[in-house]
Amino acid sequence: MTARRPMFGTTVPRGAAMIALTAVALLFAFPFYYIFVLGTWPGERVLELPPHLVFGNGLSANLEVLLERVPYFSSFLNSLGIALTQTVLSLFFCTMAGFAFAKYRFRFRKQLLGFVIATLAVPGFLNIVPFYKMMVAFGWINTWLPLVVPGMAGAFGIFLMTQFLAHGLPDELLDAGAIDGLGEFGLLIRVVFPLARPGMAILGIITFIGSWNSFTSALVFLPDLSKTTLPVVLAALNSRVDNNLGALMLGTALSLLPMMAIFLVFSRQIISGLTAGAVKG
Amino acid sequence: MRVSRGKGRMPYLFIAPFFALFAVFGVFPIGYSVLMSLFNWKMSGPVEFIGLGNYVNVLTVDPFFLSAVLNTLVLLLTGSLLQHFIALPLAIVVNSRFVKGKEFFKTAYFLPYITSTVAVAIIFANLFDTNYGLFNWALGAFGIEPVAWLADPVGIKVALSAVLNWKYVGWNMVIYLAALQSIPAELYEAVEMDGAGTIRKHLAITLPHLMPVVFFAVSLSIIGGMQIFEEPFVLTGGYENMGGEGNSGLTAAFYLMFTAFKAGRLGKASAIAWIIFVVILLLNRVNRLATDRMPGGGD
Repeated sequence: MTARRPMFGTTVPRGAAMIALTAVALLFAFPFYYIFVLGTWPGERVLELPPHLVFGNGLSANLEVLLERVPYFSSFLNSLGIALTQTVLSLFFCTMAGFAFAKYRFRFRKQLLGFVIATLAVPGFLNIVPFYKMMVAFGWINTWLPLVVPGMAGAFGIFLMTQFLAHGLPDELLDAGAIDGLGEFGLLIRVVFPLARPGMAILGIITFIGSWNSFTSALVFLPDLSKTTLPVVLAALNSRVDNNLGALMLGTALSLLPMMAIFLVFSRQIISGLTAGAVKG
Repeated sequence: MRVSRGKGRMPYLFIAPFFALFAVFGVFPIGYSVLMSLFNWKMSGPVEFIGLGNYVNVLTVDPFFLSAVLNTLVLLLTGSLLQHFIALPLAIVVNSRFVKGKEFFKTAYFLPYITSTVAVAIIFANLFDTNYGLFNWALGAFGIEPVAWLADPVGIKVALSAVLNWKYVGWNMVIYLAALQSIPAELYEAVEMDGAGTIRKHLAITLPHLMPVVFFAVSLSIIGGMQIFEEPFVLTGGYENMGGEGNSGLTAAFYLMFTAFKAGRLGKASAIAWIIFVVILLLNRVNRLATDRMPGGGD
């Protein structure tokens, strides 16, 4: 058996390595714990010495302030709506393009796929100024459109679905569908979409999380606080002097919950999906 | 792979949305920003052709841009690049055979990467608070006077670097871990028979094999690091504060956003965008040259 050799010989105490890894893990987890702790302390008691390390009793009071004084709930719904819209659109267009790249032989296929991947290296800020002018001209400011339309056939998603469909969708099933009289579009709807579900789940989760966290684009294109997303509202709250700190901490903590819940369940798939390009590159 | 039937148009139709969207929302505005950078172009009002005036202004007269680039380069070193010296050893340890629960460690280290930057900045602003923050409280236990992290030019950089390291180490660790797992075990057996110790083993086998991945991961760090905006924006309190005390948290991308969306000088902001782009290209060139000089990097 050619088992993997230990990377560390016995010279490095193994117990020490395990302790170090665990300590780093705790260090990484602590800020998450801390924000949830602070969210349960009443506004005037968030900042105290010594700093709070255990939960307080201000949860319901903070929640009340949060829902009353700031458009927290509406921005929560905005974030959710934008993230879901973007996810559905991405799944459709990226799976469609991935299907073409993975399962058809056509002229310039390689070059076109290479171009799609190369666009990932273009820095996002390069087009933001004229893009903003365009959005103003289109009348798209304070609408969801600038956040969901330009990226709905995103290069990353196309790459991911191409990878997935090339290995995960047997040609025989497509041939069988074709014999049953399905056209190319029929194959996409009836065969590819149902069978690409595992890959689409990964892309969907990654798209959702990315959209849920997106800040800069919402800051620029959704300046109206009642129409904008959760991160923008939190940032606005954060830079206000008169804010209720307990409510801000609770609002921040609650904004993390959906993302953390998804990640804890699907961490393996999310990590492999996100790093797919980097690891194979 | 299937041969396209029909008239062979379908695959082109399937991939058309990407190219249409990229043309409209990518190529067009990027080209347009070259044009805008040559004009005195305000948020409203008439525009005036000034040639390379914006570039000259930004590079010679502007009181903020060069220091913003310097801030960004410092953060690139202490925030985005330093962490590769943490991520790689971490990956090597996690990859050891005796380590149980690899998936757990991957999950724990990766979680910050997918966390909203705004939430991260709000949490760390608390931890770094001068009077009530956990860090100063902990330092106080050793008799160290409170540090005004967020109101001190060096302090802001320390805080921002801490955020960047915390947020992205897991990402790099996972990339290195995957690369480590693709190195054939036989290679290690060969040098072990020569009696090589742990350190020599990694210098002789691991590092040369990982060089292409290191180049790639560092390239991503450079591209990302030169665009750092959200972390300093939230941590230093938005456009109004312009990066806090002495503008020491003002990064190049932050200044670009400020110039465009706070000062409303769109032409100048476009020029800034192109200058940052050139800096990224130059840094990646340096990265290439440096990697080529390392063992295993030239092939």
